[in-house]
Amino acid sequence: MKHKRNLIILGILLLLALLVVCLYLFVPLRGNIQYILKLRTNKVLAIALTGAAIAYSTVIFQTITNNRILTPSIIGMDSVYQLFQTAMVFFWGSTTLQFVDQQINFILTVVLMIGFALLLYQVLFRKDGTNLHFLLLMGIVMGTLFGSLTTFLQVLIDPNEYSGLQARLFASVSRVNTNLLFLGGGLMIPAMLYGLRYVRTLDAIALGRDHAVNLGVDYGPVIRRMLVLVAVLVAASTALVGPITFLGLLVANVSYHMLDTYRRGPLIAAAVSVSVVFLVGAQLIMERVFVYTTPVSVIVNFIGGIYFLYLVLKERTAW
Amino acid sequence: MVKVRGVSKSFGPKQVLRDVSLDIAKGQVTTLIGPNGAGKSTLLSLMSRLLPKDSGQILIDGREIGQWRSDELARRLAILKQTHHLNIRLTVRELVEFGRFPYSHGRLTREDREIVDEALNYLELHDIAGKYLDQLSGGQRQRAFIAMVLAQDTEYVLLDEPLNNLDMKHAVQIMRIMRGMADDLGKTVVLVLHDVNFASAYSDQIVALKDGRVAAAGTPDELIRSDVLGEIYEMEIPIETVGGCRVCIYFTGEQAAGL
Ligand SMILES: Nc1ncnc2c1ncn2[C@@H]1O[C@H](COP(=O)(O)OP(=O)(O)OP(=O)(O)O)[C@@H](O)[C@H]1O
Ligand SMILES: [Mg+2]
Repeated sequence: MKHKRNLIILGILLLLALLVVCLYLFVPLRGNIQYILKLRTNKVLAIALTGAAIAYSTVIFQTITNNRILTPSIIGMDSVYQLFQTAMVFFWGSTTLQFVDQQINFILTVVLMIGFALLLYQVLFRKDGTNLHFLLLMGIVMGTLFGSLTTFLQVLIDPNEYSGLQARLFASVSRVNTNLLFLGGGLMIPAMLYGLRYVRTLDAIALGRDHAVNLGVDYGPVIRRMLVLVAVLVAASTALVGPITFLGLLVANVSYHMLDTYRRGPLIAAAVSVSVVFLVGAQLIMERVFVYTTPVSVIVNFIGGIYFLYLVLKERTAW
Repeated sequence: MVKVRGVSKSFGPKQVLRDVSLDIAKGQVTTLIGPNGAGKSTLLSLMSRLLPKDSGQILIDGREIGQWRSDELARRLAILKQTHHLNIRLTVRELVEFGRFPYSHGRLTREDREIVDEALNYLELHDIAGKYLDQLSGGQRQRAFIAMVLAQDTEYVLLDEPLNNLDMKHAVQIMRIMRGMADDLGKTVVLVLHDVNFASAYSDQIVALKDGRVAAAGTPDELIRSDVLGEIYEMEIPIETVGGCRVCIYFTGEQAAGL
């Protein structure tokens, strides 16, 4: 019964995701069709990939931290992104953002973000390797530090320059090109496929550390691999379209809410679908209804915020 | 056989276990007793690799515990901790199915399902197998966790205060199951119990811990004695023999009652 209901809901979500992607691609279709389709395919792939990566990494992160209101952004990777983009404008002016090769910017950003996460993990791994709360604390401290540095630099930047920077700090797909898409997809797709090997282990991990160890999960090493996986996904998606992590919190909780299961496999699939529906939908509304007057993150945060309040007010306590 | 040799464990400055050595014989029921904070749960956690020890050796079937692969050990040894809060919402059956994880990693075979059904039947949980754990009474939940450990079907079964929350009938039932596992299935059972009378009636060996040391160890006849228990619990414990079983009449202990 329960199983069947879950399957039906999952099916509907997947169909909805497909539907929204098709809507984005084909409605309305006029002008230079070939050119428009190519442009839209690039964008929709970038959005869908980003949405999937964020949903995926959030469900995994919440599973290993045993907490459904955290997102990976808590370890401060977004703030590394913001600091790096701000520093580039501060030292070389906003024109660098246009002139520095997009791919180089992407690669540098990803390397810095993953490097930062690994450095943070290193502190954790050298101790007993399972003290996640210590990691979260370190992440919050470093994130705040970078955040303050970013604000400090931004205050000193020329206002004209700053507006160029601001576009960077909001999530946006307008700068995604085919090459970037290959880079991002090349990181995210293999990472997500690799993670699939662990979905059943994650079910046991969701019981908590002691139960997982009792059931034979090689706890420390698995947690480390999952943390690296999360870092790769967050870095790649942020470098591709910018910081948009609130979305993860939202879609993960929507999927826990909709599916009556503890299994991470279906939960991840549902979260990924919801994320795609949501992000592509928001992009669609922004481009074709508001005609670019509202940044997509405003739509995401607005709808997401309302839904989240609803959840907080009405939700049962366990997932 | 589990051999514990000179094991010590500290939490920060606090030494919780000091040079503990003991043998857990195969096919027997061994019960740990001792006052609150004596280190019983800590010892059980060390013996089941949930916590790392500071020094000493713990040998399981001759191999040092750290040398075992975790998944291999999970098919040989199961532990149920004293407190076992879950963050996810599971039905009784789903929880018990997790007991098969060491064998099938979440993809249950027919045999797995049979074993799960058996464990549910054993603990009289069949009627509530579809209920969520958070809809159960404390005792029902406790039995569900014990069923999960049974489904794990390991040679060594370690249970920390399994009688928590159970009524008389179910407490006796669990103890009988433990006895049966040792006698009929040849399993090795290690329990932590606070009720010395249950320990007396059902154990082959009793090990008393106090302040992180083994204060006494032996058969119930050797241990359930006024002088031995009196020293461990620091109260007067008169003992009677009822139906061939030594029973502590401690309920009106004068020192415990504040003299
Ligand atoms: N994680 C921990 N951190 C710090 N101290 C701890 C920790 N776990 C246990 N202790 C301390 O170790 C001592 C032994 O604890 P343990 O849980 O082993 O006792 P116990 O014999 O099981 O007691 P009880 O009968 O109350 O369950 C206690 O003094 C406790 O405060
Ligand atoms: Mg205890």
